[in-house]
Amino acid sequence: MKPTDIKDPEYFHKVVDCQYACPAHTPVPEYIRLIAQGKYTEAYMINWDSNVFPGVLGRTCDRPCEPACRRGRVEAEPVAICRLKRVAADNKDDVKKHMPQGPFKANGKKVALIGGGPAALTVARDLAPGGYEIHLYDDQKKGGGFMRSQIPSFRLPESVLDEEVNFVLDLGIHSHFNSYVKSMKEVLDKGYDAVFVGTGAPKGRDLVLPGREEGKANIHIGINWLSSVAFEHTKSIGKKVIVLGGGNTAMDCCRTARRLGGEDVKVLVRSPFAEMKASPWEKEDAAHEDIPILDNHVPKTFVIENGKLAGMTFEKVKAVYDDKGKRQLVPTGEADVFYAADDVLIAVGQENSFPWIERDLGIDFDQWGMPVVDKTTHASSHAKVFFGGDAAWGPKNVITAVAHGHQAAISIDLYCKEQDLHQRPSPFVNLVSQKMGIHEWSYDNHVVNDLRYAVPQAEKKLTLSNRKKEVELGFSLPTGFKEAERCLNCDVQTVFTENKCIECDACVDICPTACITFTDNQENENDLRKSLKVQAKNTSQDLYVSDVLPTKRVMVKDENVCLHCGLCAERCPTAAWDMQKFFYNTKKAGK
Amino acid sequence: MTYIRPKFRHPELPKNKLGYSINYYEGALSTLCAGCGHDSISASVVQAAFELNIEPHKLAKLSGIGCSSKTPAYFLSNSHGFNSVHGRMPSVATGANLANKDLIYFGVSGDGDSASIGMGQFIHAIRRNLNMVYIVMNNGCYGLTKGQDSATADHGSKNKSGHLNVYESIDLASLAIEMGASFVAQSFSGDKKQLVPLIKSAMNHHGFAFINVISPCVTFNNNLGSTKSYDYVRQHVEATSTIDFVPEMTEITTSYSEGDSQQVKMHDGSYINLHKLDTNWNPLDRHSAMNAVLNAKLKNEILTGLLYIENDSTDLHQLLETVDTPLNKLTELELCPGADALVDINKGLR
Repeated sequence: MKPTDIKDPEYFHKVVDCQYACPAHTPVPEYIRLIAQGKYTEAYMINWDSNVFPGVLGRTCDRPCEPACRRGRVEAEPVAICRLKRVAADNKDDVKKHMPQGPFKANGKKVALIGGGPAALTVARDLAPGGYEIHLYDDQKKGGGFMRSQIPSFRLPESVLDEEVNFVLDLGIHSHFNSYVKSMKEVLDKGYDAVFVGTGAPKGRDLVLPGREEGKANIHIGINWLSSVAFEHTKSIGKKVIVLGGGNTAMDCCRTARRLGGEDVKVLVRSPFAEMKASPWEKEDAAHEDIPILDNHVPKTFVIENGKLAGMTFEKVKAVYDDKGKRQLVPTGEADVFYAADDVLIAVGQENSFPWIERDLGIDFDQWGMPVVDKTTHASSHAKVFFGGDAAWGPKNVITAVAHGHQAAISIDLYCKEQDLHQRPSPFVNLVSQKMGIHEWSYDNHVVNDLRYAVPQAEKKLTLSNRKKEVELGFSLPTGFKEAERCLNCDVQTVFTENKCIECDACVDICPTACITFTDNQENENDLRKSLKVQAKNTSQDLYVSDVLPTKRVMVKDENVCLHCGLCAERCPTAAWDMQKFFYNTKKAGK
Repeated sequence: MTYIRPKFRHPELPKNKLGYSINYYEGALSTLCAGCGHDSISASVVQAAFELNIEPHKLAKLSGIGCSSKTPAYFLSNSHGFNSVHGRMPSVATGANLANKDLIYFGVSGDGDSASIGMGQFIHAIRRNLNMVYIVMNNGCYGLTKGQDSATADHGSKNKSGHLNVYESIDLASLAIEMGASFVAQSFSGDKKQLVPLIKSAMNHHGFAFINVISPCVTFNNNLGSTKSYDYVRQHVEATSTIDFVPEMTEITTSYSEGDSQQVKMHDGSYINLHKLDTNWNPLDRHSAMNAVLNAKLKNEILTGLLYIENDSTDLHQLLETVDTPLNKLTELELCPGADALVDINKGLR
């Protein structure tokens, strides 16, 4: 194999698994270290720069970082990255003084944002300091979009959301709430230099089965019902509730139903339990609130008695997999089952909907009614119109919407400056030695053995009786510190300098996880992977290969389970190994 | 400084026949200098014990005094160990071996511990063909006392302060052959490919197995002009053969061109597979081994690999005609056979 080019920032970026997996590439280990040092404000600001809503995300993020966390590969569970973010948000000091301070010198460009969710707010946050005049339109009475209407307050208190939405709006955004945009043409006619569409995926999918029409008074579309609860139009529900669907919306529906008077609430899902779309922790939380999840049940009919919904029948199925692993749900042949219900909540997915965008404006839509959007630039076929968040490619999550917002903001900035949209700005990168003394590092290199700490929860009696009472209490500071210490500091990189190496094998002998091998090079990466001290089977993790050494061998390091403990560098007599902190931050618009 | 090695290991570490991963054979975190050759030797011992499926309680580590003699703390933590007086490890090993011949005795010594203060003990242990492995971690200097030349420092070798050694060196490998050791090998700490099979073979050898391992002192003797530096050794190393240790019942798969390869059968049925690099050398012939070492020396080469092996050597227990049962397992019944037995013995003396 060719020597690894560590000058390419993407190489070390990939080693920082959590940051690499985060759609917004938040520098996770950096802020976790700051939390351990008690620097909550600084930790918050690192987050704010990357993901704009640390308090919201610290409670509700889908956490793509955690399955990626290296710790999960050397022991049972990853670092509780998401909940550590909340520690920073809950304990921060005055952060406002660290944010851009307006009023900003106007640059004469006007941008309209349609929708007030995470994607549009991110665009606003990134562009406003550059002097853009930003007009944000939303049909709700406050900003936040789905973060406000879909995420129940027992998971995300309104005060937390308000604070972070206001950090953005306070940058001088012209907000137009309670105003539904009926026509894209009207928006374009107002002479904006660019328009960003961040209207989410607002249409809940319906389930048209026999009895749907007759029972409609007690059959609700999940996301509509949740937002109706959030805006306090709906205050109660029947005692027996059936929730259809296996995603996180279904989990939010059933838990909200428990708080609005539902006593016998159950979730029925077509797929097997293990394949449900809901995050494992959300399923756990539902179970904790005595909500059974009945899997392998396909809804058949809404049963109507005396003109009113009485319940539903379901066909029992089992999952059968073909050779390619493709799943098919096959009826078991058992008799259909009936479950009584006063109300049914349908949470079987949501869709995009753009009835307000005229089709003759030059904005192309595909056969499924989705806008044609460039994956990198977020530009539509109309030069001035950009899409992001769920509106671009269908429902995802908050952190993805934020990442979209950053990219769209860059594009809008480039477009307004008449520059090429495809010339994306390079990330900010820094690589600095952490050596303080022969055996001293400026990061805490000791690897603790603690298992993942659980986040304490408020008493169930309390939370079920008050819809707004937040269930999770968040880590206490001492527990937060201990959890932060579980982080392996994967951003502190093992950097190897060939011409200093005397091939004494000290690093090979000391490495606890057998990452380092000195061996003859191989043409083929797979052959090299097989010839290491422990075969490198995880091909999603790179090999760090040195140039040829005096004995004609090469140093090969399998990045897979490196603990970043620094022992290789401590045992290296010539400092051929060094621990260097790698800071990688994606460029934001106008910076 | 990091005194604690993280607990986590590679989740896919292979297990040996006993069900242990290699970390079961590890020791404490080394306190030797970073880059010390001794640490590589320790790692080779760990590897060899793991590969040989040794039950840790069936092995005893013995050492004297010096940097090398500290190393038993850094490998095989689950085995027995005795850190003895300077140069007196062979006596302790002899005592232990006489008491319980069932254990593998693994002696670790250094050039000071063996070639100076312990020279008498060293050669007498060889003379008695004590059944043990005797490794000398040879760095040519007294590292623990700031790097003075030791008795194995080569004539003309330059130390760190620029001083040339005026004395002749003691060559431990030739001395061991000369004294009749039944297994003699030489290796380099930086060559685990060779060292691990040598240690495995030595552990399987019945009789005194000596391995002289050149192990650079990275702090005091790794300078230009030193004949025990990493660079010098790498440039001057010349191997007798490549070596594979083949445990019993294993099919031999490596094949070398005829004439160059030689199989040496060990007393327990295992093999050493040698691929000879020097065709004039016969490892079963003491004369030839001696010649090979001398020739290499004349050419300023460091001859490594297996040098000499005697297949059916007679060890101390056989020489003393001790009983088959280890002495520590004999009970009062066997040790005090009673008045009748005494009468019989006395009769024989009349």
